[in-house]
Amino acid sequence: MKEWDRTDLLSLQELSRAEIELILKTAASFKEVSTRSVKKVPTLRGKTIVLSFFEPSTRTRSSFELAAKRLSADTLTMTSSTSAIAKGETYKDTFKTIEAMQVDAIVIRHGSSGIAQQLAAYVAPAIINAGDGCHEHPTQGLLDLFTIQERKKSFDGLKVSIIGDIAHSRVARSNIWGLNKLGAAVTVCGPRPLLPRDIDRMGVEVTTDLAAALKDADVVNVLRIQRERQQAGLFPSLREYAMLYGISREKLEKYARPDIVVMHPGPMNPGIEITPDVAEGPFSVIFDQVTNGIAVRMAVLYLVMQANEADVPQE
Amino acid sequence: MKLLIKQGKIVSHRARRTETADILVDQERIVRIGKKIAARDVQQVIDAQGLPVFPGFVDMHTHLREPGYEYKETIQSGCRAAAAGGFTSVCCMPNTNPPLDNQAAVEFVVRRARECGGVNVFPIGAITRGRLGKELSEIGDLKKSGVVGLSDDGSAVVNAELLRRAMEYASMFDLPILCHCEDPDLAAGGVMHEGKISTVLGLKGIPSIAESIIVARDIALAAYTGARVHICHVSCADSVDRIRRAKRQGVAVTAECCPHHFTLTDEAVSGYDTATKVNPPLRTRQDVEAIKKGLRDGTIDCIATDHAPHAAVEKDAEYANAPFGIIGLETAFALVISELVNQDVLTLAQVVEKMAWRPSEILRLGRGSISEGAPADLTIVDPLQEWTIGREHLFSKSANTPFIGRKVRGKVLYTVANGMPVFAAAAG
Repeated sequence: MKEWDRTDLLSLQELSRAEIELILKTAASFKEVSTRSVKKVPTLRGKTIVLSFFEPSTRTRSSFELAAKRLSADTLTMTSSTSAIAKGETYKDTFKTIEAMQVDAIVIRHGSSGIAQQLAAYVAPAIINAGDGCHEHPTQGLLDLFTIQERKKSFDGLKVSIIGDIAHSRVARSNIWGLNKLGAAVTVCGPRPLLPRDIDRMGVEVTTDLAAALKDADVVNVLRIQRERQQAGLFPSLREYAMLYGISREKLEKYARPDIVVMHPGPMNPGIEITPDVAEGPFSVIFDQVTNGIAVRMAVLYLVMQANEADVPQE
Repeated sequence: MKLLIKQGKIVSHRARRTETADILVDQERIVRIGKKIAARDVQQVIDAQGLPVFPGFVDMHTHLREPGYEYKETIQSGCRAAAAGGFTSVCCMPNTNPPLDNQAAVEFVVRRARECGGVNVFPIGAITRGRLGKELSEIGDLKKSGVVGLSDDGSAVVNAELLRRAMEYASMFDLPILCHCEDPDLAAGGVMHEGKISTVLGLKGIPSIAESIIVARDIALAAYTGARVHICHVSCADSVDRIRRAKRQGVAVTAECCPHHFTLTDEAVSGYDTATKVNPPLRTRQDVEAIKKGLRDGTIDCIATDHAPHAAVEKDAEYANAPFGIIGLETAFALVISELVNQDVLTLAQVVEKMAWRPSEILRLGRGSISEGAPADLTIVDPLQEWTIGREHLFSKSANTPFIGRKVRGKVLYTVANGMPVFAAAAG
């Protein structure tokens, strides 16, 4: 069996430990490209990648675009306001049309859970999930793994706590799958209405006590909290959220290990889920995450598109 | 016309054993049942040697979509689907456009059904005007125009006071209230059962309590008013328990469940196939077992399809945006045989009870048994025949079913409604 034969990247749930490790290894070799003065390799020259973003996104879209360009691929960006979906076309018609333009890969960000999986069954180009609803955000999960590995070397027995709105977080789900497969122990923590039903059955520890989640943790991954959740009655106020679950220097010093690593997938709400002094302080690897995102996405585009190429029967 | 069915094994909800006999049908009625009938001027003879003959099935929960949504289903296409599934009577739900909340709309359905000349169509009227849950429909008028029950199916009547008055008022006309039990706030935005699978898939869940809380409320209202109350499409263990306790206490409550709810679990949603999106949602293995237990011990009176056609273009959507619904008329009997009879949950006599006798009794249709003088509604089946459900077996205008490709046992061979053959299976 080949090391990598997936023609899509839809989730971390579907990947094996060996496949995740291969992506991380490949990303490590691509990371160097971005440090050169000429930041480009010819790997995907002549390939077309569509970046279709049906939700607002700055960092993921920029990251994918730079990853594609540093691999010499051509990109076409499609956002919801420019797409015919806004005119009532179904997503299937939209992507059949894009497929007919003979593109090689489609990177998709969409508010509906499962759309990447539905699309992969429907069109031929490689599908890369850039975040589908509350389901998964596999490249974010991978760049988080990559960043943790840089700092902590091994995942065995590593304790990672994810704090915040677990229920609506695709980042949390991808992290849980990835970390569990690599041998880390995951704790999720947040107010009960933001902890989804039966989350313990995904193989995580569950707590509503931030102090308990910080104690002994090697890594804390802080999720963005969205105002709509308060409006939906899931917690009383951002003020109370910040008091109970906001990550501040005082709480870290009081409860956490001195070598704890703090992550955040961005964009941040400074002063709510994380205080600016933590985000910019010595525990934080938030900007490493952004840098590593490009390397990881280069690795994913490379592996998936190679496999997709091999998948096409040769004449 | 005269029709003779020879040597079928007549299945009845009363008898433990089948009785082999000939059945002579003249015009709309069964005129004779006997060991060996030698009849003259018979237009058609059906050889049913060794095959069970059921009273025609009665589906008390069907969406025929006409008027208003003829692109999903028409009364004609829905009746053909019913006939193919062995149903000789269907009760069509009032969530059409316009809704069946007035005499003219109900009379239209009755007239269209008569023109189609297939199976019997018995309309269910809306409890409230426009199904809006604000004021009562003219229930007396609806009764006069032919409705056999009342429901705001698709939504619960949220206002308990209004539902209480509806029960009191409907009982004057001996009409049962068919309750769609769903708390709209607990279910808001949900697209599948809330549990481990919805958490993994990142889809908003509909908790079981969204159903069982309203089941509990409607049982309390039934007990207080003494009205006849029927719980539609029971999907979870908690509802089954509450109905069982209510029956023990003598409350006039009855209940139905759907084939998809005793066949599939929420695991089926894992591939995001929108054909699995249905309301109430597919639930867990424990819920499936509870429904089977409820069927066996009589807590659940009937099996109904909740046949809910939707066009492919509507189901070809993001999971969250696809409409709820599964078609069920053509596949119900095979699922009953495969999942219930062959797994010793029900006997064939109990199948008659759940699919013909009880629905007919609850809705006062005067059907559901094979006897001299009764309407000639008959379904001849081969309970052993194995087949794979395919698009070609569907007569509905829509094909939104998760069962395409499923291997099942039990096939409907002939359906006779009001003495007229309305379906014969393709040979082979």
